[in-house]
Amino acid sequence: MLSTRNSRRSLAAIAGIGLAGLSLSLHAQDDTIKVGVLHSLSGTMAISETTLKDTMLMLIDQQNANGGLLGKQLEAVVVDPASDWPLFAEKARELIEQEGVVATFGAWTSVSRKSVLPVFEELDSLLFYPVQYEGEESSKNVFYTGAAPNQQAIPAVDYLSDEIGVERWVLAGTDYVYPRTTNKILEAYLKANGVSDEDIMINYTPFGHADWQSIVADIKRFGSEGKKTAVVSTVNGDANVPFYKELGNQGISAEDIPVVAFSVGEEELSGFDTSPLVGHLAAWNYFMSVDAEVNDEFIDSWLEFTGDEDRVTNDPMEAHYIGFNMWVKAVEKAGSTDAAAVQDAIIGVAVPNLSGGYSAMMPNHHITKPVLIGEIQDDGQFEIVWETAGLVAGDAWSDFLDSSKEIISDWRAPLSCGNYNVTTNVCSGQNLE
Amino acid sequence: MSETSTTEQTTGIRPQRSRMSSILFILTLIALIIGVSVCNKLPAEHPLYVSNYMVTLLGKYLTYAILAVAVDLVWGYLGILSLGHAAFFALGGYVMGMHLMRQIGDRGVYGNPDLPDFMVFLNWTELPWYWLGSDHFAFTALMILLVPGLLAFLFGWFAFRSRVNGVYLSIITQALTYALMLAFFRNEMGFGGNNGLTDFRELLGFDLRSDDVRLGLFIASGVALLLVYLLCDSILRSRLGKVAIAIRDAEDRTRFIGYRVESVKLALFTLSAMIAGIAGALYVPQVGIINPGEFAPLNSIEVVVWVAIGGRGTLYGAVLGALGVNYAKTWFTGAFPEAWLFALGLLFVVVTLLLPRGVAGLLKFKRSSKAAS
Amino acid sequence: MSLTFHALQRLIRAASLLTLLAATCSIQTARADVQTGIDELDALFTQFVEGKGTQRTEALDALAALGREDTRELLNGILEGDLMLHKETDTIVWATAQGREYTMLSLDKQTDLGSDRKRRLSRLKVTNQLRGHLRSLIASLGLRSDDPVERLAAIDALMESPEDLPDDTLQDMLANETDSKVSDALLSLQARKLASSAQPEERLQALATLSDDLSNDSRSLVQNMAENDEDENVMTLAAQIARDQAAKVRLYAKAETVFFGLSLGSVLVLAAIGLAISFGVMGVINMAHGELIMLGAYCTWAMQQLMPNNLGLSLLLSIPVAFLFTGMIGILIERSVIRFLYGRPLETLLATFGISLILQQLVRTFISSQNVPVANPAFMSGVLEVNSVLSLTLNRLYILAFCLIVFAMLLVLLKRSRFGLEVRAVSQNRAMARAMGVPSARIDSLTFGLGAGIAGIAGVALSQLTNVGPNLGQAYIVDSFMVVVFGGVGNLWGTLISGMTLGIANKLMEPWAGAILAKILVLVFLIMFIQKRPRGLFPQRGRAVEAH
Repeated sequence: MLSTRNSRRSLAAIAGIGLAGLSLSLHAQDDTIKVGVLHSLSGTMAISETTLKDTMLMLIDQQNANGGLLGKQLEAVVVDPASDWPLFAEKARELIEQEGVVATFGAWTSVSRKSVLPVFEELDSLLFYPVQYEGEESSKNVFYTGAAPNQQAIPAVDYLSDEIGVERWVLAGTDYVYPRTTNKILEAYLKANGVSDEDIMINYTPFGHADWQSIVADIKRFGSEGKKTAVVSTVNGDANVPFYKELGNQGISAEDIPVVAFSVGEEELSGFDTSPLVGHLAAWNYFMSVDAEVNDEFIDSWLEFTGDEDRVTNDPMEAHYIGFNMWVKAVEKAGSTDAAAVQDAIIGVAVPNLSGGYSAMMPNHHITKPVLIGEIQDDGQFEIVWETAGLVAGDAWSDFLDSSKEIISDWRAPLSCGNYNVTTNVCSGQNLE
Repeated sequence: MSETSTTEQTTGIRPQRSRMSSILFILTLIALIIGVSVCNKLPAEHPLYVSNYMVTLLGKYLTYAILAVAVDLVWGYLGILSLGHAAFFALGGYVMGMHLMRQIGDRGVYGNPDLPDFMVFLNWTELPWYWLGSDHFAFTALMILLVPGLLAFLFGWFAFRSRVNGVYLSIITQALTYALMLAFFRNEMGFGGNNGLTDFRELLGFDLRSDDVRLGLFIASGVALLLVYLLCDSILRSRLGKVAIAIRDAEDRTRFIGYRVESVKLALFTLSAMIAGIAGALYVPQVGIINPGEFAPLNSIEVVVWVAIGGRGTLYGAVLGALGVNYAKTWFTGAFPEAWLFALGLLFVVVTLLLPRGVAGLLKFKRSSKAAS
Repeated sequence: MSLTFHALQRLIRAASLLTLLAATCSIQTARADVQTGIDELDALFTQFVEGKGTQRTEALDALAALGREDTRELLNGILEGDLMLHKETDTIVWATAQGREYTMLSLDKQTDLGSDRKRRLSRLKVTNQLRGHLRSLIASLGLRSDDPVERLAAIDALMESPEDLPDDTLQDMLANETDSKVSDALLSLQARKLASSAQPEERLQALATLSDDLSNDSRSLVQNMAENDEDENVMTLAAQIARDQAAKVRLYAKAETVFFGLSLGSVLVLAAIGLAISFGVMGVINMAHGELIMLGAYCTWAMQQLMPNNLGLSLLLSIPVAFLFTGMIGILIERSVIRFLYGRPLETLLATFGISLILQQLVRTFISSQNVPVANPAFMSGVLEVNSVLSLTLNRLYILAFCLIVFAMLLVLLKRSRFGLEVRAVSQNRAMARAMGVPSARIDSLTFGLGAGIAGIAGVALSQLTNVGPNLGQAYIVDSFMVVVFGGVGNLWGTLISGMTLGIANKLMEPWAGAILAKILVLVFLIMFIQKRPRGLFPQRGRAVEAH
């Protein structure tokens, strides 16, 4: 009898402790404004996302040193979604419901954004998403400060065909939604410009693909048929090193078949042996080598903040820089951190970007940016070889896809719709209740 | 690969006492479900208030607990260490996810009433055959059991008949979930590739975003755990359960006595996969996304650790392990993100070296030593 | 999208090559003007530095056409970055690093311009396109070089546009050439010229030479003649040759696939063979095997950090270093955890999985969660060119050879040494071995250490092919287990054959199934195979089997 009571007590105790621990909820203090930082600090994406968490902490520090916002100090609430997609949604809910953050800066992969999107819409909070992505989305609650395909992929292809004279195209990517969409848009774009089917080769590989022998041999064969060939690479992260190494080993240099990448930036290069990459290209909206005073200041404060002279800056960091400043300006303009007020105020807000100009928030929740093409140098930096004449506004719905060319997005009243079909005059999709 | 060390421990318990702990467990579980439901309805200022966030979190833990029971059923009582149970969990989740995708209807991004967004995007014009019927809930409910069950049945049919066992079986179950993960990552498979299935709206006409529905899902998970527990408990008390334990402890001897070892293994393995499928189906609407990451071999191994820590060979041990480790994970990843893998790794080593029967074994040991004195 | 741009560019290049050849190949009359050209040179450099797009290419062409003695040197200087812009004086100088300063010489190297700090100088911006152009200019300047390699490069640069080379120059060069490779290249250049000749006999003659040449442009010439030639004889012969060539190309493509398969197989074998020892010989499941591979790769990185100027040596040294380091860790794991779990393989599996998590996190905490850069020494890059359609990458060849060497050494160690005898004794019958005086506990640790050490060596090899980061090991663990189980546990030969078979199967399927599906199919096949033959290709026989 005694023993049964004992174990009953221990079971109940365990349940009790669990409950007590779980129901401990933190209440927001009134004298600070809480800002959520939702980037993976562990797992596969930690490599890229940890830097962005640090960027946010630095920006918030700077804002506080300049007197905070609306007379209050900002407080960063950092959580770790651990590169686990369902956990992103859970942590987003925790940030908004438990911590009471007024805006969140975070997510990197498309799937993590898709995972948190319903949470931000349900709880009507704001997310600033800083990474280049596939488009085909415009949510009332999300601000896309990274590049849409027309701000990265299409100018890169223009550069290759106009400046380098490329006539044959290899579209190589990792098999997930960003490369799929980008390649689909590019394929449509190339065909619209008179490139024939047999001059386009499309190839998908799994995440972390390590054995590139056959694919590189195929590319080599494809590129040796007389016409100038280039590879447009949406190969993701880890798979890049073996890819470039194999290119180098099979004797393909950047002069023979240049590779233009959309996912290789300064941060990624710092983990590479760059020698096989020299001369290959990348298209971004920002490079650390951009010659602008504001960029020098940003780099200085970043080096000081991290205390590491060798740290680099990259494009998604600039996106956070722009997004954070836009949010600050919109909050000041609205005089409130209320989501609806900020949503109204932020459209049209323009803040300095790091390449010396201004970026503005468009009605479709995307921003205007310059597009730069850089060649990889042996020190892991980019030599800027080309840039668009002016700023390019992000296009949420690609004009080159049948499924979306009639769709526009405009979050201003009276339309207030992220998914408006101009031929049928119907608003559908996200946020439509 | 018989493990002689396990023999006396489970058989040493007298049925009455194990029945007693079962009743105890069931009562605690019911108390938890009712308690949380009531506390959730309290005003937010109340000290005992349980937030909606917590309700969903607990609901998720409960589905993990169901999965842990499924793993314990084959590992703790049958001696089959499956390193691929997350595959059955994910398959159940995908079946549910398909139904939820169909429920979105024309509210998707592209407004297509029949096709989910990702299919419109891939330029597909009609639903693939394996999506047919997914708009009916009854059919979906059936499939949640059948899809994982059938896979487990086929897999087990071949494996057990050719007497693949021990570590070999563990490794091919791992290969199975790995192959499924690679397959589901492919966009051509028609399951949304890396992004998986997401942006769910409603289930059986209930809005998945409403707090009451969340509470309802939590209660459903709790009830499912209860039923699964009762089912497993009664099976283990039956003759089938006794034979299972006999197989675990001495497979060849059981076979020589005349039992059809393969059939017993196959039946329980299939049942276990179905239970995992139910867990997955309850998991998906609560977390709002299912993607191929759920098939990752690491996930399956983590489940095994919950069971090992809670105490395999006791059903309530598996549940305790699942709840405890996941609570620790939530806490650790919030407080010390870097330390979580160290803690998890150490748990593996310490439990296998020092606590082969897990926490439940510890409780039991204390009890039996007291009874002896 | 102006597609005419490329054509225009080629035109300019052809024209410049012509003028260039006229300048270099004719008896060099321009000599006298050389010294007066310095102002012109400056003007061209200004155009090169400040110009945009085609202006810069034109400047280079004009520079090459000046016919100066130091043209090649100047072009090389631009390409290699030895020519720099001194920002203060806005002049182009030859700059040589001397400690923290750069010493500067004027363009004609006649005047010493003193020295200045590094940041006062900047390299001349060269884009890809210019880099390619520079290389072909430099190459064509090498036609009369004394170095056969340079002559060969110059001829190669002309292969695409053989009409740029005047007939008499070609004849002259053919007559005087002594190097056989160069004269072969000249002959095939001549054949390309003859292919467009008006005489059918000459075209037939060209075909005879072209039939041995499998390069793309040669094949397309033959193909073109097979389809469009006016002369029937030429057409038939060309068609015949085109068929033969196509068959050869297919054959070589097959050979290439097999090579790719073997090289993938060698990676699999390297990754699996350490596991084959600890799993096969000792019956221990080591889930941390992948992490030991990862640590081996980090050893390579660490050695390169220690001796950054000697990549080749550091790579060679990392092999023993990685072996010892991971071997020690293996022994540590065995002593502290595994020895308490013998006879309980499933528990070993869980405990070593825990260890693998800890090892990964240790690397993340103490080194970095980022990947680390590991460079390839020069001898690892490049290709062994069998012919123009089949070339084997050197790094893969080395790794294949390395894999076979490791395998052979391991075989000798286990079959011919006393240690190997004791290992086999313990694995076959532990009790009997102990009775005969074999120190089984010591043998256990050493065997496990050996398996771990081999994993470290595999890591060194992998560091040359792929990313070095904390997740490196995870990618190989499932594959390694499949190789060992497929080959038959406890059989080293089985591991070799199964690794190679799986590699080749994967590569054979890849062209039609795609990389991902090929991998899935191989896995599904393996699952089926193990169901059918649970003990693998080469099952272990005898008493040891029952013990499992």
